[in-house]
Amino acid sequence: MDAPSSRPPAAQSVLPDGPLAQSQESQAHHAIWELLESVTDPEIPVVNLREMGILRAVRQGPQGLEVVITPTYSGCPAMSQMEDDVVNALSRAGVAASVVTQLAPAWSTDWMTAEGREKLHAYGIAPPVKSACAAAASAQVVAFAPHKGLAVRDTVACPQCGSDNTTEISHFGSTACKALYRCLSCMEPFDYFKPY
Amino acid sequence: MASYQDYLLHLADNALILGQRNAEWCGHGPILEEDLALANNSLDLIGQARLLYQHVANVRRDGKSSEDLLAFFRDVPDFRNYTLLELPHRTAILPTASGDRDYAVTMARNFLYSALMVQVWGALAASTDAQLAAIASKSLKEVQYHLRHAHDWVLRMGDGTPESQRRMQAAVDYLMPFTQEFWTPSAMETAAVATGAGVDVAAFKAEWDAMVSDTLQSATLKPPANSGFVTSGKHGVHSEHLGFVLAEMQSLARAHPEAVW
Repeated sequence: MDAPSSRPPAAQSVLPDGPLAQSQESQAHHAIWELLESVTDPEIPVVNLREMGILRAVRQGPQGLEVVITPTYSGCPAMSQMEDDVVNALSRAGVAASVVTQLAPAWSTDWMTAEGREKLHAYGIAPPVKSACAAAASAQVVAFAPHKGLAVRDTVACPQCGSDNTTEISHFGSTACKALYRCLSCMEPFDYFKPY
Repeated sequence: MASYQDYLLHLADNALILGQRNAEWCGHGPILEEDLALANNSLDLIGQARLLYQHVANVRRDGKSSEDLLAFFRDVPDFRNYTLLELPHRTAILPTASGDRDYAVTMARNFLYSALMVQVWGALAASTDAQLAAIASKSLKEVQYHLRHAHDWVLRMGDGTPESQRRMQAAVDYLMPFTQEFWTPSAMETAAVATGAGVDVAAFKAEWDAMVSDTLQSATLKPPANSGFVTSGKHGVHSEHLGFVLAEMQSLARAHPEAVW
């Protein structure tokens, strides 16, 4: 699966022009990436869009600069807020850009960066424990062997005390991307970011 | 002549109507966690519907269609959802006047529909229509989770107290005949399968049957009859219930056409 550890390959943000134009453009795009570091997830303000894997590319489109983002959940109400935040952050710096929403390949929690996961953990949200590919594979088992496949549950460590002795309170939590768990060691409830 | 847009509208309307139905639990859930669960489930379904309506509007290229027009300004005969998804959250005959919503019906329906859609979205991820394939890949992830949630409740209520079992049995007995509509092909589906953009739902019947019967058995429920009148919501011929769903869902948009917020 496509899982950039920091940012998508430079090739996506560079046009095949002459060497000089190319380096100027890649510098300009690099500056855009830097500017967008300040744009955070509206519902989880400790991680930014790059760390979430939502920010996919900065490129020159036919109408000018384009910032490519990918939606998380189909109905995530934060998406339009993120679009506005990207446009506002760039316009404050005097950069005009449009936001392009790209569905494929579908966003996955596998695209979250390691630093993003650490920030989630420090914020009290347990990051996804296994890759979404593995989750999808176990879901395939569901189709063929209902009893076994559906019984699978993730072991999620408590972000407060680190104990593995936790239990799921609710499949769904405060936002589309989270489930609600409780630690049976320190008795604290916590959010779990579901593998997607 | 059946159009490919009808096929896309069928998928979109399924998601929108079930999303609207499940959202009726918002603020009325049996417990807080389930209130949240159904709101999240609806959010996913309505999100899927939006992507599909946007796709239809792009396919039409008539400059007039939009996701809002498709959702809020079409009438009952234009909707292509399965009749199953427009039914109220209750079995045909109410046990008491206060029982206007029964969570067993909600969970049984979500289970029966999600068990189908994990297969449909999984197969549509390889559709020759690249945009539909992209929407399917996202929707698959969401519906797998909906299936797990609903499956757990079918087990919990079926293999629960005498009262919860009675209600879940009544729910599956009531809903199962409506699933016959899944397997009866329509012209729009046949045409979409022929082009490679759609998938043949009937091909999933054996796996669907196996999952449903295994789950009902685990839940100590008796297999319900799957026979009788075959509904035809996907042909635009609906039950009396869809009109009420649309009246509630569309009234605001129709009272304030072209309002933005």
